[in-house]
Amino acid sequence: MSRFDELRQLTRMRLLQFVREPEAVFWTFAFPVLLALVLGVAFSNRGSQDVRVGVVPVSATAPWVASLQRAEGIQVVFFEDIASARNKLRSGGLSALVEDRERPLLHFDPSRPEGELARLRVEQALQREPKGDDAPAIQVKVITETGARYIDFLIPGLLGMNLMATGIWGSGFGIVDMRQKKLLKLFTVTPMRRSAFLAAQILSRLIFLVAEVGIIVAFGVFLLSVPFHGSVFLFAMHCILGALCFSGIGLLVSSRARTVEGVSGIMNFVMLPMWLFSGVFFSYERFPEAFHPLIQLLPLTALNDGLRRIMLEGETLGGVAVEMANLSVCTAVTFVLALKLFRWR
Amino acid sequence: MDEVDLEVRRGECVGLLGPNGAGKTTTIEMLEGLIAPDAGEVRILGLNWAGEGRALRQQLGVQLQETRLPDKLTVIEILRTFRSFYDQGSDPEWVLDLVGLRDKHQARTVDLSGGQQQRLALACALIGDPAILFLDEPTTGLDPHARRRIWEVVESFKARGGAVLLTTHYMDEAEKLSDDILIMDHGKVIAHGSPSEIIHSLNAESVVSLRVKGTPDAADLQGLDGIRSIHIEGTQMQLSVMQTDRVLPVLFSTLHDRGLALVDLHIHRPTLEDVFVSLTGRRLRDE
Repeated sequence: MSRFDELRQLTRMRLLQFVREPEAVFWTFAFPVLLALVLGVAFSNRGSQDVRVGVVPVSATAPWVASLQRAEGIQVVFFEDIASARNKLRSGGLSALVEDRERPLLHFDPSRPEGELARLRVEQALQREPKGDDAPAIQVKVITETGARYIDFLIPGLLGMNLMATGIWGSGFGIVDMRQKKLLKLFTVTPMRRSAFLAAQILSRLIFLVAEVGIIVAFGVFLLSVPFHGSVFLFAMHCILGALCFSGIGLLVSSRARTVEGVSGIMNFVMLPMWLFSGVFFSYERFPEAFHPLIQLLPLTALNDGLRRIMLEGETLGGVAVEMANLSVCTAVTFVLALKLFRWR
Repeated sequence: MDEVDLEVRRGECVGLLGPNGAGKTTTIEMLEGLIAPDAGEVRILGLNWAGEGRALRQQLGVQLQETRLPDKLTVIEILRTFRSFYDQGSDPEWVLDLVGLRDKHQARTVDLSGGQQQRLALACALIGDPAILFLDEPTTGLDPHARRRIWEVVESFKARGGAVLLTTHYMDEAEKLSDDILIMDHGKVIAHGSPSEIIHSLNAESVVSLRVKGTPDAADLQGLDGIRSIHIEGTQMQLSVMQTDRVLPVLFSTLHDRGLALVDLHIHRPTLEDVFVSLTGRRLRDE
């Protein structure tokens, strides 16, 4: 056999090994395309990329409001009060905000990629006003206070994403590994109580949770000066609910899988949509409005929204009740299903 | 699976011997409560799996085929975990002495040899101080020395009054450990008795294995006096023989008359394997 043949055979072997691993093929080829598609929807140039600009109050009738609405590349959203508009700006749902004062007051965050763009467009729109002289000079308020920066948006999102990943991986992977190695089967021939086994999975998860949340929040608050406005207790409750919910999902996806390879695929499949849509790195308000109700059903969206509101906006129980209910229902449903389906062997 | 009647007394071992796929594991897993029988019931120590499972499990020690204990845990950590499942049981350190792993008690499972891992599995089965020990192929894949160490542990358990149910496809293991043997094939028990009873059932004094040049035919030897059974595989013949000293000369001259030159000849006392071959026409180790 020639040297060339050797090279050919070895190359062929490597390629076949790769192609016969459907997961690898998915992550290499399908995933980037999928990711591009999703990000494409989120950051698409809908009419040369509209920036969302908030106007306060709803009753504002000054001529500049009409000019803003006419302007190209600007999508105007009205708000009742400045507080809720500021929250929207903080959470990334708005790129800039104009407040109706004697002279219109523009709020924007230069640390955001689209902040400067929004400022330019608003200024242009108001100066292009035909009345010329009457055109009101704009006052500009640069937002620099903590709580409105991108990092403030990011920290709760990262925490939520981490709770999802460790919850699903932590509960699911270990169980399938034990099943694959027949350790679960051996446990079932001992007098071990099955309820104790499952409770231990959850308990160990909650113990990890303390360290996990503690480290990320401390890092954000002490090193990056991310504000923490809400109740620590409510925040902790929300984290626990999130952890339980993702443990439940982890338990469910691993309740029947026989191999670690098999369950990894299912876990990625479950996590991927939340990873992309649930507002970890950028606000899901970037996606078309029609998708929002669906996105809000995802448990990670509920977790992230709740964490952000409690942490950044000091929201109380009433303001996150929907999110907490979402997580509770998800926890209950996944646990009940997982226990029904659980395969010990 | 056909009906199987089993009696395991204290201080004794019953061996299920048979090739892979004979139904040994199915039988033992039914007894362990892992598989529910299609019909009939399983009662052990007067207890029934339905309803009394937990009480029953307190009394049983089980080693399964192919269990892999967690890699990253140490020997003593694993043993303490298993100890916590039982209301009553032995001190983990004492059990480690028993299986000869005292000096490994801080070692992680992943660093143990195959034989040591198997002894740890045995320790997990013994930790609850069981009345009955179930062993499913306990020495498969181990070297002779490692196998002997496992046997020592099992024998010391028997000596303390424990009852053992063993499955194996090694006839030497069955013969060494068992007081009572069931030979199984295709889900059926095809022989039952003490090792010596089973061997005597061959009704042969010795087994003659020979290889010839040419194609032997069973009919050539059928009528010869003292030959109890004939098993032919290609050029290889295996004969169960009574009165060996009388048979051999006749055998040689018959082969000579048929023009079959002798290539190889062995004579040995009958073993369980020979019984299996004479009953099924196959060897225990045939895959």
